[in-house]
Amino acid sequence: MLTGAAAGRRARELGTLVGLVALAMLLSILTPHFLSVSNLLNVAEQTSINAVIAVGMTFVILSGGIDLSVGSLLALSGVVLAAALRAGWPTAAALAAGLAVGGLSGLVNGILITKGRLPAFIATLGMMSIARGTALVFTGGRPISGFEAGFRKLSTAALLGVPAPVVVTVLVYVLGHLLLTRTRFGRYVYAIGGNEEATRLSGVSAAFHKTMVYVLSGVASGLAAALLTARLNSAQPIAGINYELDAIAATVIGGTSLSGGVGTLHGTLVGALIMGVLRNGLNLLGTSSFFQQIVIGVVIITAVLVDSMLKPAAK
Amino acid sequence: MESIRKSFPGVVALDDVDLEVRPGEVHVLLGENGAGKSTLMKVLSGSLRKDAGQIHVDGAPVEIQGPRHAQQLGIRIIYQELNLVPPLSAAANIFLGREPGRWGVLDRRAAEREAARLLGELGVTVDVTRPVRELGIAHQQMVEVAKALSEEGRILIMDEPTSALTTAEIDQLFATIERLRARGTSIIYISHRLEEVARIGDRVTVMRDGRRVTTRPARTTPIPELVRLMADREVGEHFPRRRGAPGDELLRVEHLTRGERLRDVSFVLRRGEIVGITGLLGAGRTELARAIVGAEPPASGRVVVKGRAVAVRRPKDALALGLGLVPEDRKTQGLVLGLSVERNVALPNTRRLSAWGIVRAAAESALAARWVRDMRIKTPSLAQPARLLSGGNQQKVVLGKWLAADVDVLIVDEPTRGIDVPAKVEIYDLMNRLTAEGKGIVMISSELPEVLGMSDRVLVMRGGAVVAERESTRTTQAEVLAFALGQAC
Repeated sequence: MLTGAAAGRRARELGTLVGLVALAMLLSILTPHFLSVSNLLNVAEQTSINAVIAVGMTFVILSGGIDLSVGSLLALSGVVLAAALRAGWPTAAALAAGLAVGGLSGLVNGILITKGRLPAFIATLGMMSIARGTALVFTGGRPISGFEAGFRKLSTAALLGVPAPVVVTVLVYVLGHLLLTRTRFGRYVYAIGGNEEATRLSGVSAAFHKTMVYVLSGVASGLAAALLTARLNSAQPIAGINYELDAIAATVIGGTSLSGGVGTLHGTLVGALIMGVLRNGLNLLGTSSFFQQIVIGVVIITAVLVDSMLKPAAK
Repeated sequence: MESIRKSFPGVVALDDVDLEVRPGEVHVLLGENGAGKSTLMKVLSGSLRKDAGQIHVDGAPVEIQGPRHAQQLGIRIIYQELNLVPPLSAAANIFLGREPGRWGVLDRRAAEREAARLLGELGVTVDVTRPVRELGIAHQQMVEVAKALSEEGRILIMDEPTSALTTAEIDQLFATIERLRARGTSIIYISHRLEEVARIGDRVTVMRDGRRVTTRPARTTPIPELVRLMADREVGEHFPRRRGAPGDELLRVEHLTRGERLRDVSFVLRRGEIVGITGLLGAGRTELARAIVGAEPPASGRVVVKGRAVAVRRPKDALALGLGLVPEDRKTQGLVLGLSVERNVALPNTRRLSAWGIVRAAAESALAARWVRDMRIKTPSLAQPARLLSGGNQQKVVLGKWLAADVDVLIVDEPTRGIDVPAKVEIYDLMNRLTAEGKGIVMISSELPEVLGMSDRVLVMRGGAVVAERESTRTTQAEVLAFALGQAC
């Protein structure tokens, strides 16, 4: 038997999915090209960057925090990865360097928040600026372009016709979902977001697990950087501007509560897809990008509005 | 106020309480923690609605709709925690929401002039342009009083106004009260300091267990008599404590100190024993509990568990040593309300329930199911969010998670607060069972019958220090209360 609250949450998850399907159906009527295999793969590929970042963001928001630095970390990781590749590092080593830069920056975020007792908003806002500045200083403001085919496989390869970035994204979601639902770490993330003090008093090292959440978010940004760099065959120090907002949007559209403790990764995936499908569809319809921003804003507000209206009903 | 009744789920907080306050009178309200003083005042000031009874102001019956309405009737309450906006000036605070001025433009000079005049009337000189956070507590309180007066307060309720004040500041406050009385303002004064009763009060009303015990002239009622009136209780509740011979030492606390809140506290807990800790609010009981489990580590002193001196710097260390804390507020500290019963019970046990970081879900459910059954926690399912359980069942979940963790020492802070009698008895039975199994319990409680009825020894705290230790069967509520109040002869 589902209890009222659990049923309410399930209804919400289903609601987002229904929204996605309805949106897809509407678009397939308006523009026949939408439902073609090539376009759907295109949507999936375009969504992959935001979707990967949103995995880290979901962990952060579930723990009751926020990470504004992800877009800048993507830029910093990307230029470090690119420089390492250009310096002739093996692809695996260069990828590891990119991920490490993201993870270490996340570690700094986490330590500032737990040991320094800074609000997550402030710590990651500072990091957003620091990482962006570092990327610009490191490159002199110029993009780093042109990589070997081996690295570019991250964008060009395909598995059974599915582009590599999509395969990577699916893998990240499966692993993230298992981490969140099957492991001690996942349990603690929900508990800390629900009530940090009660969790701490239950003998859980809340500070450690909170810190790891930001490390995870940084690594996710690093991975998104690799995908983007491979696709563009170029790493730009000004890449990823406003990506934090897209990731937050995907997370909350997916039903994760900004106050922490409630949410799922599959919700976030649907949220990211809604944003991707919407952008793609509006492009196909020839809508101006100015107008797109309005539509996406309306979707974000509607999703959360539905949340807050469902809440009393769930009680 | 006549025949005021108020009950919360499972508790009758006010049972037919009468209170009459005359114009220009200082009426002292006395009673232990939980006697119903604050509830009564919340009813009068409109933040709680009464269930039954009559309130008359100036002889006319009134139905107080809310805080705003109470204010219109001239009823003002000054809480222990002051309700000022710290960065704003005294003048801005006094006129908050009623700023003098025209067309939305503030007349700051007028506000400051008027604020200075009001404070002057109270006999204090305060720079009304300074942010109130820079003023001492006493002056902040004067600002509150001035604010109440500027709003034509005729009945002023002061909830333990002297608890944070120095002697000189108290003198100043009392001078203010005298002046207010002379102006015809009625004051309801709540305090735990018995020596203040005769000094400032005209009459005193003693409350106990949600009832009014008596109203007496304040100046002629001796202090021991007041203590007796506060402590005497009908023998209604029974405490099923089964005492046995205590075993080996489980926990020894030596010279724990943390600032002013916790001063040089030492005690010993043996297997099979319940040590009760009581005292007034702010006596340092909760600080002691939190220091022992490392939630707020002590500045000095040490904890010895089963003969071994250990460093407990965080609750995680306490858990590893077999110490668990059932905190005083289960909603904000005991439970993750949004998570299921199962997850809450599992929380301190997750390490044990997992291999290589992966939680064995079946073991997790089995553990939770076992304790839900064993403790008779009433819940439709293990997946029920803890938020939806009743208070008593929530408390059982908090206890259950520590029992599931098989801790040797359980520190319970107000374990039966706000839960109904059957659930209380179940919790007492559980404590008996645990001590029979050779575990030790430190029970912090404000309820004297509970402390004396359930513990083997009782420590009385006052001002952060232990002021008395007694065998529970060889002391009386009056004696314990006298120590708690600092009135022991």
